[in-house]
This record gives sequence, structure tokens and C-alpha cells, in this order.
Amino acid sequence: MAAPFDLNDDSVVVIVGSGAGGGTLGTELALKGVKVVILEAGKRHNMEDFVNNEWESFAQLAWTDMRTTSGSWRVHKNFPNLPAWIVKSVGGSTVHWAGASLRFQEHEFKTRTTYGDLDGANLLDWPITLAELEPYYAKAEDRMGVTRTNGIPGLPGNNNFKVFEAGAKKIGYTEVSTGRMAINSQPRHDRGSCQQIGFCFQGCKSGAKWSTLIAEIPRGEETGNLEVRPESMVLKIEHDNSGKATGVVYVDKDGKTQRQKARIVAVAGNSIESPRLLLNSASSMFPDGLANSSGQVGRNYMRHMTGSVYGIFEKPVHMYRGTTMAGIVRDEAGFNDKRGFVGGYEMETLSLGVPFMAAFLDPGGWGRSFTSAMDGYVNTAGLWIVGEDMPQETNRVTLNTEVKDKNGMPVANVHFDDHPNDIAMRTHAYKQGAAMYDSVGAVRTLPTPPYPSTHNLGTNRMSEKPRDGVVNKHGQTHDIPNLFVSDGSQFTTGGAENPTLTIVALAIRQADFIAGEMSKNAF
Amino acid sequence: MTTLIDRRSPSRGPSRRNILGMIGATGALMISGLAVINPREAWGLEVVALKPETMRTLIVMARDVYPHDRIADRFYAVAMKPYETDAAKDPALKALVEEGVITLDTLAKARHGVAYADLGWEDQRVAILREIEDSAFFQKVRGGLVVGLYNQEEVWPIFGYEGASAEKGGYIDRGFSDISWL
Ligand SMILES: Cc1cc2nc3c(=O)[nH]c(=O)nc-3n(C[C@H](O)[C@H](O)[C@H](O)COP(=O)(O)OP(=O)(O)OC[C@H]3O[C@@H](n4cnc5c(N)ncnc54)[C@H](O)[C@@H]3O)c2cc1C
Ligand code: SF4
Repeated sequence: MAAPFDLNDDSVVVIVGSGAGGGTLGTELALKGVKVVILEAGKRHNMEDFVNNEWESFAQLAWTDMRTTSGSWRVHKNFPNLPAWIVKSVGGSTVHWAGASLRFQEHEFKTRTTYGDLDGANLLDWPITLAELEPYYAKAEDRMGVTRTNGIPGLPGNNNFKVFEAGAKKIGYTEVSTGRMAINSQPRHDRGSCQQIGFCFQGCKSGAKWSTLIAEIPRGEETGNLEVRPESMVLKIEHDNSGKATGVVYVDKDGKTQRQKARIVAVAGNSIESPRLLLNSASSMFPDGLANSSGQVGRNYMRHMTGSVYGIFEKPVHMYRGTTMAGIVRDEAGFNDKRGFVGGYEMETLSLGVPFMAAFLDPGGWGRSFTSAMDGYVNTAGLWIVGEDMPQETNRVTLNTEVKDKNGMPVANVHFDDHPNDIAMRTHAYKQGAAMYDSVGAVRTLPTPPYPSTHNLGTNRMSEKPRDGVVNKHGQTHDIPNLFVSDGSQFTTGGAENPTLTIVALAIRQADFIAGEMSKNAF
Repeated sequence: MTTLIDRRSPSRGPSRRNILGMIGATGALMISGLAVINPREAWGLEVVALKPETMRTLIVMARDVYPHDRIADRFYAVAMKPYETDAAKDPALKALVEEGVITLDTLAKARHGVAYADLGWEDQRVAILREIEDSAFFQKVRGGLVVGLYNQEEVWPIFGYEGASAEKGGYIDRGFSDISWL
């Protein structure tokens, strides 16, 4: 049962956002006996309510509140008000994530040391190492039920995977499998196994896929220590004269402004909203926004080097049947600068339905070249590339004071330009992806530009020294001891891996730290 | 109020003689009173807020933007119908669309002496669209169409897409790994 806490209860931990970071942190703290209020801007849905229809589901789940964009990325031209395709609902983007769950590689925590000083890149080593995170990765894999860990078998390969696997092997790749997925290949933790429904991006209706909505938050609520308040949009974090956070101001489901007191505030609104909230909380004591003495809040926005390759074949593939992303090639993930770029990338199977294929295949494209590709839909196989992009100070989330949302809060502007390293890596990946499909008889391959960002990282980054970043190795802000960042915005650099397993591992680790400090009467 | 696309019985449609008189390069799309009709596909779309000729041109343009030879006109008409509905409430949109079509016709007449929708070759019409593809009018029509056309469940089978699957038990027993040609 949800435990309703009083607005004036200043003993609670207030968490902003209920996604991978916030939902995990809140649940873990509740399990440890800490009282938690999660404020979530979106509504709460049950898994039965999810819809197997791309646009309808988008309307149900996606964050569509106003945002603006700038920079040379193509998203700015084609989707000027949709920089990111992420969720506004209880469970956050874990509701429609694909489930790929990979650990970072050791060197990816030490990119400044490994890659050196790269022009234009604001590289920095993480203040933690793989060894420090490993026990938390293990805990995260266990609670998320990641396949190929903890004795859980891999998922069976679908048609899209079979084409992908055959092509990968043909061109000499060896690290090819249906991957490590937080999707049950067999019943586990009260959740059934994958029914190969094929709408993982629209919310899993079978419950096979892990999300904080179905697998974490209910466990937290059972303890009586966790209350989740949906449709509660936080506008501002407040502090006292000593510079300690005291609570948050939010607009509730009836449009009323409320003030929730707190002992600790943790921000987990994803990498666009989290810096927006810190910046919007500027005060006379902190004129540049909270936790921003370094000037790094909102900077170093990363979105992974992405892109897709589709291959059209003579015969049917039916790529949309079954799991959306259970297929991976890891051979290009390591560090090997002979390829002409630093960092690495993964290739993962991906399918879109006809409506999203039309919207994202070649945004703005039209005419016979476009429609003949659509006509090949049923014979199409698809893969997504996801690689490490370079943090750049100028890639940045700022407050756009000229555009306000319905609560009068300035919207986030997302500025992004590719780094030359990102472009070199994408060119390489397009070539390799096309070669995979060509090797098994593709009649046409289509290098498809990045979609609105699904991985948003880095805008409140971790650093050893306060002058280089926003939070320390526990996600605690350098400036305000009882203010934490608990989502992907903590990432110092992005790695080649899909980020959620790392977000969850960091949240579990942060819960240990917060509970430990609380018991020592800190804050 | 506009009516939805009706499946008209031939007896309610225009006389055969009228139809013959109107057949032009646009094949089956014709104007009858306040409607765009397609006797071959047996439907008509009543148009009140926009000029019927404008709607006919929009439907031709829609096919030129996303040409699928296996998709019937009615799906393009369904995708364009919101302009009629919205133009009734939104004078700025109405002006954008009417003026956009005038531009198309002006360009077509200057190049070839006939209106856009009466141009015989898709290539000729596409060349005109290329000239205006950065305009607000073109972007509006294309942007609406990419959702309005491809989001119609009835067109999905033409692409071999099966749509919702949860209520059918997913694909676990329905061919998620049935590929046989590899
Ligand atoms: C289509 C898709 C597929 C993906 N697939 C994968 C994958 O296979 N593997 C992987 O690792 N990752 C994947 N991801 C990425 C993954 O979903 C995210 O990395 C992860 O969910 C981010 O966690 P988060 O806690 O930072 O934010 P989120 O999970 O996005 O949660 C943030 C929450 O905060 C709420 N919020 C924001 N601002 C406020 C505010 N001011 N007040 C109250 N609430 C607020 C939002 O509404 C949202 O619910 C995918 C993402 C998408 C979109
Ligand atoms: S394919 Fe599996 S994981 Fe994906 S939505 Fe369907 S049942 Fe859930």
C-alpha cells in the first residue's frame, strides 16, 4: 500500500522522477526502511493499458511538453520540438525501453587517460572504477533478471536476429548473440516469460520486460515507506540560508501548487529535465542555478553516437515479430584507434512498425526512393548502432526563457553538434552494418539518421574535483550535501553500452550511501 | 459538416456522361458539385470549407509525395481529409492550403499549360513539387501525410505489417522465427 506522507514531513527523501534512476533509488531506500516520496510528472498506467500501436502509444507515454532545439544535428531540422523520445509516466523511460543491459568496459571509466586529449572533447575520467561498480552491476542484473547472467538463458532469436546473425558471422564477427536483456526468457520474480509480442517500445503487455513501474515501485510501496505521486511536476528545489535543500515546489494533478518538505532531494528527471530543474531553481545565493558552481550543469550533453541500417531482401523477414532489440554484435565495442576514432560501438537488432518506419526512415524524405523502401517493408531487416559519443561543453541543455510551459516554467533548449569523432564512428558503423546485410543478399541497404534521442546523458556529470563537474562519486552534488542526482545525467562519459543497467547500478549504490549517511545523522 | 468518405452506390453518383466529360490526366478523381469523387473506387468526399478542386489537387499531390502503386486513392483521400475539417475552423490553414494549390497550378500552367492535377506525368508534377518543397505549404502537407497515410491500419497489410499482436498471444506461436530462406 502507498503510504501518504504529509507535505510538511521534513524527514522524507523526495525523489523527482520515477524512471530507471528514481524508481530504483526510491524502492531501494524504502526496502532499507527510509521514507520516500517520488514526485512524477506523468500519469500512472497499468500494463494492460499499453497499446500495440506506435502513435497511440506515443500519445499515451511520450514526453511531449514543449522543448526547443538548436545546433547542426538533424533532429533540430526534422523534429525541432522533439529532441528526445522518452517517457513521461510512472516508470519513466523504462516503460518503453528495449531491455538491452550491458556493463561498461573498464577503460570506459577512464576515457581521458585512455583516449588522451581530444580537440573539442571535454573528456574526463569517472571518479569510480569498474571494480567499484561490479558488485552493484551484479545486484542490478539479478533484480532486473538480465539474460545470460545469474544462470538465466538467452532469449530465442527472432527473424530479424537470424538475418543479423548470419550477416555478422559471414563478415567475420564472433561476438554475436541475442544479448543480455532485462526480459524474462523464463518465468522469474513473479513475472512471466516473453511472448514475442514485438511492441517492447510501447510498453510490455505481458510483464516479461523489467521496468520500475512493474518490477520496482510495487515492491517499494509494499513496505509502506514509499509513496509515488503521479501528475506532480516539480518546478523548483528550495534551500535555506545555510544552503541546504529544504524541499520542492510542484504542481499537482489538479493544477495546484504544493510544497513538499524534504530531508534529502534526489533529482532523476532524465538528462534534459534534471539540469532544467537545477537551473530553474536559481536563487540569490545560487544565481547560476543549484549545484552549479562549476558551471557544468546542463553541459556535456551526450546522446550516444547512433544511427540505423536497414537491409531490404528478396524474401520476407517480418522483422517486427518478437522482441524489438534481442540481438547484438560486440566486436566493434572495444577501443581500437586503428579505425580512425576513439571509443567503440555496438550493433543491435531493431525493428519499427510501418508508422514509425515512415516517420524515421528518412525524416523529411519523400518521392519514389522513399516509398520504394517502404514497399520493401516486409522484406526488411534492421539494426541500430549505439556508440560512445564525445562530451562537449557546448552540447548543452539551457533554459529557454522565451518559451514557457503551461506552468510558466522556461522550457529546456537542447543544443547539439556532432564531434568529428562521432561522425567518423558513424561512417564506420554504417559501412559495417551494410556489409553484414550485403553479405547475406541484401538488394538495398539504407543508412538511417539518428532518431530523437533515447539515451540522454551527462548533463550533471560526476567528477573527482568540484570544479570539473556537478556531483561526486555517489551522485551527491559537490555544492549541496543533501542534494543528489540519481539518473543518467551523472554519467561522466557515455560508454558504448546502452545506459540503463549502469543507471540502476549507480542508484542501488547511491541508496547504500544515502542510508549509511542518514544513519550517521548526516544531512 | 463534411461527410466521411461514402461508398456511394452508382445510382447516387453523377451520370456517366458527366463523368466522361471530366476525366482528365488525374485518372479516376473527379469533381461533382461539392464533392471529389472516385467512381472506380466508389467513394466521394464532400468538400465545403475548401474548394473541391483544391481537395482533388491535394489528393493528387499526396500520391505524388508518397507514391505507392498498390495503395488506392481513398487512403490518400482519408489522409487529406483533415485539411477540409481543420480549414473550416482555421482561416490561416485554409489560406495556406488554397494559396499553395494556386501556386502549384500557376507553376504547372507556366510550364505545361494545364493545372497541376491535369499534368499527365508524375515526373512533371514531382518537378514542380521539388521547386516548392521548402515552402510552409509543402511541409505542412508532407508532415501531416507521413502520419495520416502510414498510420491507417487498413494500409498496413499492403506493406505486410500485421499490427497489434498482444491480443493474439504475440508471435511466440505465430512465426517469430520462421524465416526459411537464409
Ligand atoms: C525507445 C527506447 C528504447 C530504449 N532502450 C534501451 C535499452 O534497450 N537499454 C538501455 O539501457 N536503455 C534503453 N533506453 C534508455 C532508457 O530508457 C533510459 O536510459 C533510462 O530510462 C533513463 O533513466 P532516467 O532515470 O535517467 O530517466 P527516465 O527513465 O526517463 O525517468 C525520468 C522520469 O522523470 C520524470 N520527470 C522529469 N522531470 C520531472 C519533474 N520536473 N517533476 C516530476 N517528474 C519529472 C519524467 O516524467 C520521467 O518519468 C531506451 C529508451 C527509449 C526511449
Ligand atoms: S516482445 Fe517480449 S518483452 Fe517485448 S513487449 Fe513483447 S512480451 Fe514484452
